[in-house]
Amino acid sequence: MTSLPSHTEKSLGLVIDLDTCVGCHACVTACKGWNTENYGAPLADADAYGPNPVGSFLNRIHSYEIQPETGPAQVVHFPKSCLHCADAPCVTVCPTGASYKRTEDGIVLVNESDCIGCGLCAWACPYGAREMDPEEQVMKKCTLCVDRIYNENLPEEDRQPACVRTCPVGARHFGDLSDPESDVSRLVAERGGIELMPEQGTAPVNRYLPPRPRDELPELDVLAPFLEPVAEDSKGFVGWLDRTLSRLS
Amino acid sequence: MHPAPSIILFTTLSGLGFGMLAFLGLDAAPPTGWSALAFLVIAFSLAGGGLLSSAFHLGHPERALKAFTQWRSSWLSREAWAALLAMSAMAPYGAGLVFLDQAWRALGVAGAVLSLAAVFATSMIYLQMRTVPRWNHWSPPALFLGFALAGGALLTGRVTVALWALPLLAVVQIVAWIDQERRETASDTDLATATGLGHVGTVRAFEPPHTGESYLTREMVFQVGRKHALVLKVISVLLFAVIPVVLLLLPFTHFLAVPAAASHLLGALIQRWLFFAEARHVVAQYYGRWDKTGMRRGRRFAR
Repeated sequence: MTSLPSHTEKSLGLVIDLDTCVGCHACVTACKGWNTENYGAPLADADAYGPNPVGSFLNRIHSYEIQPETGPAQVVHFPKSCLHCADAPCVTVCPTGASYKRTEDGIVLVNESDCIGCGLCAWACPYGAREMDPEEQVMKKCTLCVDRIYNENLPEEDRQPACVRTCPVGARHFGDLSDPESDVSRLVAERGGIELMPEQGTAPVNRYLPPRPRDELPELDVLAPFLEPVAEDSKGFVGWLDRTLSRLS
Repeated sequence: MHPAPSIILFTTLSGLGFGMLAFLGLDAAPPTGWSALAFLVIAFSLAGGGLLSSAFHLGHPERALKAFTQWRSSWLSREAWAALLAMSAMAPYGAGLVFLDQAWRALGVAGAVLSLAAVFATSMIYLQMRTVPRWNHWSPPALFLGFALAGGALLTGRVTVALWALPLLAVVQIVAWIDQERRETASDTDLATATGLGHVGTVRAFEPPHTGESYLTREMVFQVGRKHALVLKVISVLLFAVIPVVLLLLPFTHFLAVPAAASHLLGALIQRWLFFAEARHVVAQYYGRWDKTGMRRGRRFAR
């Protein structure tokens, strides 16, 4: 059923720390690996060794440069995947009911055996979170590793999305964002978590933690104050050189 | 947006076909016998052929019947129902005209309303896309219905109606082009809201997530030489409105009806190509290619 649930018991999602992310793409690889070997159609690559390789990914890392009004520019690595929106436009446009949002935990999923590959949901998503698989011709998207987080065959520490589990710097956090007492909600409250494209009215669940302000660096060059200023009235060979070069230039 | 030939053909041809069916259904003195058969064959081929070509756009056409299930929420599903019901009403109505010389008025009117409903549902698929400012606008229903009605009048030989409808459609189209441009420029989505980092400073795309193209950039970040857009718009209006009107004003012969219809169809196809090729999707912001979409030729995507 592609009508959205009026309320979900939980709002599972990710909190991504842009201050910590180093842009290593480990989450991309872990995501591609897990979701190729497990639930649903494998994430295919086409022309992998040819001149125009393309493939389906559920998570991609952009990098942006931010130039503040004063001070040096700063580079931010920006992982982007499905934000499991409360008001997901990708769900309601689906003509077959393949796209749906779960009432129990708010995860947005695609039932691949019902997907006709019309691509309308990818058009409806402002974030580019859905990609058509080049081989299977069905829509692929982040499942929040629904086959890990409830999987009792896995050790407890592995019952979280592959991207979160693999992140070497702990920049990705997983939890229930509808519970104000959860770790992720507290993190969002403390760090001023950001909602992407709020004007699109999708009410995304995932949040991004903005980079913290950089520390003001002290004067690092301790020897500089002891250096003599450049001589204004140079004499001898250097003085001649200075005068000659000044005439030439 | 990527102008897929299958969708351009589908929306243009089925729109024309349903426009013809609407006029045949509403006609108080409809053609009968052989003449009715000729009109109905053309109308059903256009509407049905268009629907068939839309199936080529699907990844899994064999599951197309599932698209009838979500009429409560999805405009694509509503479109499927309206198209099916319109054809189901117009088929027996047409059989009555051809074989029995009978015009079952109620059935014809119902078929006409359902035909226009199908075209309206198609246009709402585009209007609902908040992600594409040019489509999230009054123009898709006005243009899709306008082309269906003007083209339908032309192809069913309603000269007086067509002489009014075609110039009116040209005016609506020109206003729509101007206002769509304004709508897109006024879009409040930019890289600052896309990243949520506008409060830190000026955000610039530094490095994309992939060095080649992807489904996203191919489908939603279509890049084409827009320097020809204005010329194409002029050619389109000449073909779909001006030339057919001139031909209709000449003394009527069936020989002039064919080039008038062909000219209109070609102009409508160019209009529909621009409808897709000019439309920008906000995901282009993430790639830093919003301003560049349409302004330069991207690397060709090969499967």
